[in-house]
Amino acid sequence: MFAFIARRLVATIPVLLFVAIFVFMLLRLTPGDPAAVIAGDNATSDQVAAIRAKLGLDEPLHTQFFIWSGKALAGDFGESFFFKKTVAELIVQRIEPTAMLALCTLILAVSIAVPLGVLAAARQGGWVDRAIMGFSVLGFSVPVFVVGYLLIYLFAIQWGLLPVQGYRRIAEGFGDFIIRLILPSVTLAVIYIALISRITRASVIETLGEDYIRTARAKGLPGRTVLLRHALRNAAVPIITVIGIGIALLIGGVVVTESVYNIPGVGRLTVDAVLARDFPVIQVVILMFSFVYVLINLVIDIAYSFFDPRIRY
Amino acid sequence: MNASSVGEGRPVLDVRDLSIALPKGGDRPFAAEKVNFTVKRGEIVCLVGESGSGKSVIAQGVMGLLPKALPIAGGEAFLDGEDVAKASEARLRELRCVRMAMIFQEPMTALNPVMTCGDQIDEVLREHTQMGADERKRKIIQIFEQVRMPDPPRIYASYPHQLSGGQRQRVMIAMALVLEPDLLIADEPTTALDVTTQAQILQLIKDIQRDKGMGVLFITHDFGVVREIAHRVAVLRLGELVEMGPTDDILLRPKHPYSRMLISSVPSMHPAERPRATESKLVLRTENLTKIYGGGSLFSKGHSVKAADKVNIEIRQGESVGIVGESGSGKSTVARCIARLIDPTEGRVRLGEDDVALMPQRLLRRHRRRIQIVFQDPYRSLNPRRTVGDSIIEGPMNFGMERSEAWARARKLMETVRLDPDSLDRYPHQFSGGQRQRICIARALAMEPELLIADEAVSALDVSVQAQVLDLLDEIRQRLNLAMLFITHDLRVAAQVCHEVAVMEKGIVVEYGPVADVFLRPQHPYTKSLLAAAPGRDWEFGKFEAA
Amino acid sequence: MTIALENEVDAAAARAAAVARPSVWKRLSQNMSVRIGGAMVLVMVLIGLAAPLLGTIDPARIDPTTRNRKPGVEVTVRNDDGTRTTRTVHMGTDSLGRDIYSRVLYGARVSLIVGISVASLSIVIGVFIGLVSGYIRWLDGIVMRIMDGLMAIPGILLAIGLVSLFRAGLGTVIFAIVVPEIPRVVRLVRSVVLSVREEPYVEAAISVGTPLPKILWRHILPNTIAPVIVQGTFICGAAILAEATLSFLGIGIPTDTPTWGNIMAEGRQFFRVHPHNILYPAIFLAITVLAVNMLGDGLRDTLDPKMSKRV
Repeated sequence: MFAFIARRLVATIPVLLFVAIFVFMLLRLTPGDPAAVIAGDNATSDQVAAIRAKLGLDEPLHTQFFIWSGKALAGDFGESFFFKKTVAELIVQRIEPTAMLALCTLILAVSIAVPLGVLAAARQGGWVDRAIMGFSVLGFSVPVFVVGYLLIYLFAIQWGLLPVQGYRRIAEGFGDFIIRLILPSVTLAVIYIALISRITRASVIETLGEDYIRTARAKGLPGRTVLLRHALRNAAVPIITVIGIGIALLIGGVVVTESVYNIPGVGRLTVDAVLARDFPVIQVVILMFSFVYVLINLVIDIAYSFFDPRIRY
Repeated sequence: MNASSVGEGRPVLDVRDLSIALPKGGDRPFAAEKVNFTVKRGEIVCLVGESGSGKSVIAQGVMGLLPKALPIAGGEAFLDGEDVAKASEARLRELRCVRMAMIFQEPMTALNPVMTCGDQIDEVLREHTQMGADERKRKIIQIFEQVRMPDPPRIYASYPHQLSGGQRQRVMIAMALVLEPDLLIADEPTTALDVTTQAQILQLIKDIQRDKGMGVLFITHDFGVVREIAHRVAVLRLGELVEMGPTDDILLRPKHPYSRMLISSVPSMHPAERPRATESKLVLRTENLTKIYGGGSLFSKGHSVKAADKVNIEIRQGESVGIVGESGSGKSTVARCIARLIDPTEGRVRLGEDDVALMPQRLLRRHRRRIQIVFQDPYRSLNPRRTVGDSIIEGPMNFGMERSEAWARARKLMETVRLDPDSLDRYPHQFSGGQRQRICIARALAMEPELLIADEAVSALDVSVQAQVLDLLDEIRQRLNLAMLFITHDLRVAAQVCHEVAVMEKGIVVEYGPVADVFLRPQHPYTKSLLAAAPGRDWEFGKFEAA
Repeated sequence: MTIALENEVDAAAARAAAVARPSVWKRLSQNMSVRIGGAMVLVMVLIGLAAPLLGTIDPARIDPTTRNRKPGVEVTVRNDDGTRTTRTVHMGTDSLGRDIYSRVLYGARVSLIVGISVASLSIVIGVFIGLVSGYIRWLDGIVMRIMDGLMAIPGILLAIGLVSLFRAGLGTVIFAIVVPEIPRVVRLVRSVVLSVREEPYVEAAISVGTPLPKILWRHILPNTIAPVIVQGTFICGAAILAEATLSFLGIGIPTDTPTWGNIMAEGRQFFRVHPHNILYPAIFLAITVLAVNMLGDGLRDTLDPKMSKRV
C-alpha cells in the first residue's frame, strides 16, 4: 500500500513538472518581447527595460526556470501587475469562495446524479430513462452562464426568492452564506450532474449484464438488492473515476459561474487577470488549479482499493 | 439413499412440451421447441448438444432466468408438481436456491468480485431463512467443508479473485447446495476448468448428489463428461430433443442419426496407428527455448515467470507433434515463440539452417512465410472489414505475387478446404465458425509454409465440426508433406492427430515421445494424473455408420 | 463444385450467419437521435450559409437611434442616402442599436466554423499521434507523458492560458480549443490500437509478413474510425460551447465579430431590463449544441455501442 502511494506520487512528478514548465513558458512563448507585452502598449522603453530586469529575462531560459520554480516552491509567486499585491496574498484572499462553491456543487451533484443514473439504468429503455438521459444531453448542451442567467431571472428577478448575486463569507453567518451559494451551486452542478448520471447509467447497465448478476438473481434476491448491492458496487470504480475527471469541468465552470454571480473567487480572478494581461496571476492560477486537479485524481486512484478488492498494491 | 432407488417416485422436474421463442429475424422461430423430459429424485440427467442446440436456454427457462428476448412460448415445467414456467417472478424468487439452484460455466465471472465468498452465501441464508448471524456462519463453514474446501474460515473471508478456478466453482456449488434444494441445474460447470480440476468437481457433484438424493440436470457438450456422470441422457439438436434414454443405451446404441454422428465424432483416447517418417527432413528444432515474462521493472522485482523453460522439440517433414498441457503450462507460449509473435528470452529456434529465435524483425520478414499459424478463435482470426479473399491473398501479395495469380491460388485453396471458391468475396461474418477456421487454414496454406502451427485451432469448435477440421488438417499434412505443431489441451485430439507429444507443466516439458508411449506407458506422474483425469477415458466411443 | 457443408449444425450456424444484417446507413437512418440531431444540425448549417438571404441587415451596423429595443418592435432608420426604412426587429436590438436577429444568424457561422474545424483538426492530429504512439514503444512513453501533462490542466484554463498569449481572433480561439482536445483523441485512438493489435487477425497479418505501415493502415486504422467519428461529434459540440464561453468572458473572438458568446457578453449589463439580448443567442446556442450531441449519441449507439462508457 505504502509502496503504491509512493509509486503514484513519483508518477505524478513528470505531470506536475510538465504543467510547471508549460506555465513558465506561457509568458516566454508570447510572440515578441514579454516585457513589452506586460508593460502594455503605452509603455516607454525605460519601463520595458525595468520589467526585463525585474523578471530576469536577460538570463538563459533554464536559469530563469530554476529561479522561478525555486521562488515558487518557497511560496513566492511574484507580484501582480494589476492588483499591486503579491500573488500569494491575492490567492489566499480569493480561495474561500471558490473552495466553498466547488464543495457545495460536488456534494449537490453527486447526491443527485448517482441515484438518477441508477434509476435510469434500472428502467433502461423506459420513459424514466429517456427523460433522465434527455435531461443529461440537455445539461451538456446549455452553457453554464446561460443556466446561470436563467436561474437568476426566474428565482431572483421574477420570483424574488433568492439574492441575485454576491458572496458572504461563512464567518459572516451561515444563513447568509448558504443562501447566496444556492443558485451558483445549482448552476454549476447542472453539467456535472449530466456527466455523472450518464456514466452511472452506462456502468450500471454494463454490470447488469455480468454473470454474477445472473448468479445473484439465481439466488432469489429481490431486484432492488441485485441493483444496489451487486450492480452499483461493481460500477463504482468508473463512476468515481469520472467524478475525478469531471473536476476539470467543475474548475472551468467555476471561472464562468463566479463571473456570472459576481463572486470574488479565484475563477473571477482568472478572468480579470487575463483581461488585464496580468501574467504572474494567470500563471499561478493555472498552476494551482492543475495541481489541485492532479492531486484529487491521485487520491481517487488510491481510494480505488476501497471499492474494488481486486486492486491491490 | 442408494443407487437402487435411483429414478423412483415422482419426478423432481417434469418438463412437458416446453417451447422457448427466438427473436424475430433469426434463422429459426424457436430456441427450444416442444421439449419433454423428466429428472427424478437421486438422478443425474445430462442434456447434451452442440452450440445452438438450446440446452442452456432450457436450463435458464426452468430457473426463470431467461433474457426478455427469449420468452417461454408454451408448455410446462413442473418442479415438485408446481409449474415454474408460468410462476410469477415473486414465486420464482422464493423457489430459487430453496427448491432449485443453478451453477454456471464461468466460475471466474459468476461470483461478485467485490464481496467475500462468505458474504455471497450469507446473502442466500438471509434472504430465505430466519437464521441468526452465528448460525448462518456455522452453516456456511459447514457447507464449505462438505464441498471439500481447504480451510473454510479463510475461504469465508476471501474474495473470489484470491481463489483458483476450481475453488470458485466449489463456492458456487456450496452456494447452490446450502439450502439443500431438490433440483440442481449445472450449466457446463466444468467446461472452463482444467482437466484435473474438472475430474475433482465432477466427483464432488456425483458424491453430493448421491448423499443428498437430489435430482441434477447437467448440461454439457462433452460426451466424456456424459459418460462420467449421467444416469440418463437427452440429445438436443437445434432446439429439438431427438433422443433420450439411459446413458449406456445412448452411448452404445444411439438410434437417431444425429446422435450416431455426434458420438462417432468424439475422438478416441486410444492413440491412432500412424506411419512415422523418421527419415524425412528435420523442419524445426528448438534448443533450450526459454521465455521469461515480467521482472526488470523498478518496482516489481521478483515477479518474473518462466512461461517456457528450456524447451527442446523437433518436427520432421510430414509429421505432426503435439504439445499438451493445462492452462498456464506454457504450451501456447512455445508456439508463439516459434512463430515469433513474441520474442523468446533465450535459446534457438532452428528452421532448416536458420536460427529465427533472436533474429531482428528486419531480417525475419523473409522467414515469416515458412511458419504459419492457425489460431483458436475463428471469430477474431479474420479481419471483419475485409473479404475472406483479401485475407487469403494478403500474404502472397506481400511477397510480390500478382493479384490475379494470388486470387487463382486462393480459389484453389478454397477447394482444398472444401469451401465454395465463389464465396471469396464474402465477409467473415457470413460464415460459420467451422467455415472460418477452414478459411484460416487456407490463408496459412497460401504461404506454402514448411511448418503449420495449430494453436488450439479446434478447441472453439463443436465436436462434429471439430472432427471434420481435424480430418482436413490431417489430409493436408499428408498431401503436402507438411510439418505440423498441434497445441491442445484436449488429450483426445492429441491422441488422434499427433505422431509425437510433449507434455508441458509450468513451462517445462515433463514428458516427450511417440504418442503411443506417452498415452499407453506414461512415465511422469503429471502425465499419469492428466490421463487419469480425462473424462470417459476408459470408454471407447463407437464409430457408427450414418443411418 | 459443391460446398461440402456436410455438417448440419455447422450448416445452421452458416445459415444464421448469412442472415443479412442491415447496412450501417440503414441503421443510422433508422436511429431517432441521428435523424433529429442531424436534421437540426443541417438546419443550423443552412441558416449560417443563407444568413444574408433571411432578411438580415449588416450585423455590425451601429445605430444610436435604435438602442435597446424590445423584440417585435418596429423601428424606423435613416439610411445614408436620406431615405427612411421601417422594419420589425424580431429579436430586438442591443445597447449599440445593432439588430440581434441579424447578429444571431451570422453568429451561427462562427460557431459552426469553430465546431467543425476544432473537431477535424483535433481528430487528424490525435489519430496520427495515437496510431504512431500505440505502435512504437519507445515513443509511447514520451508522448503519453506529454498528453498526461496536457490533460492535467483543466481544458478551459488551458484554453484561457493559450488565448492570453496571442492576439485575439478566430484562429487563436480554434488553436486554444484544439490543444486541450488532442490528448483525449490520442488516448482513445491509442486504446483502440492497443486492443486491436492483440487481435488474432493482426497477428495473422504479421505472420504472413505484412509490413507495419500496411498493418496500421489496413487492419488497425479502420477500427478507430467509428469511435473517432463519435468522439469528433462530441468535440464539435464542446468546441462550440467553449468558444461561446471564451467570448462571453470577453477573452475570445473580438467583440465586433457577431458570435453568440459576444452577443450575450454585450447583453450582460442590461440583463435585468433586456433579457432578450441573452435569451435569443442562448436558445440558438443550446439548440445547436443539443443537436450535435444528439447526433453524437445516435452515432455512438449505432456505430460503437461499446463506447457508451467513455465520456
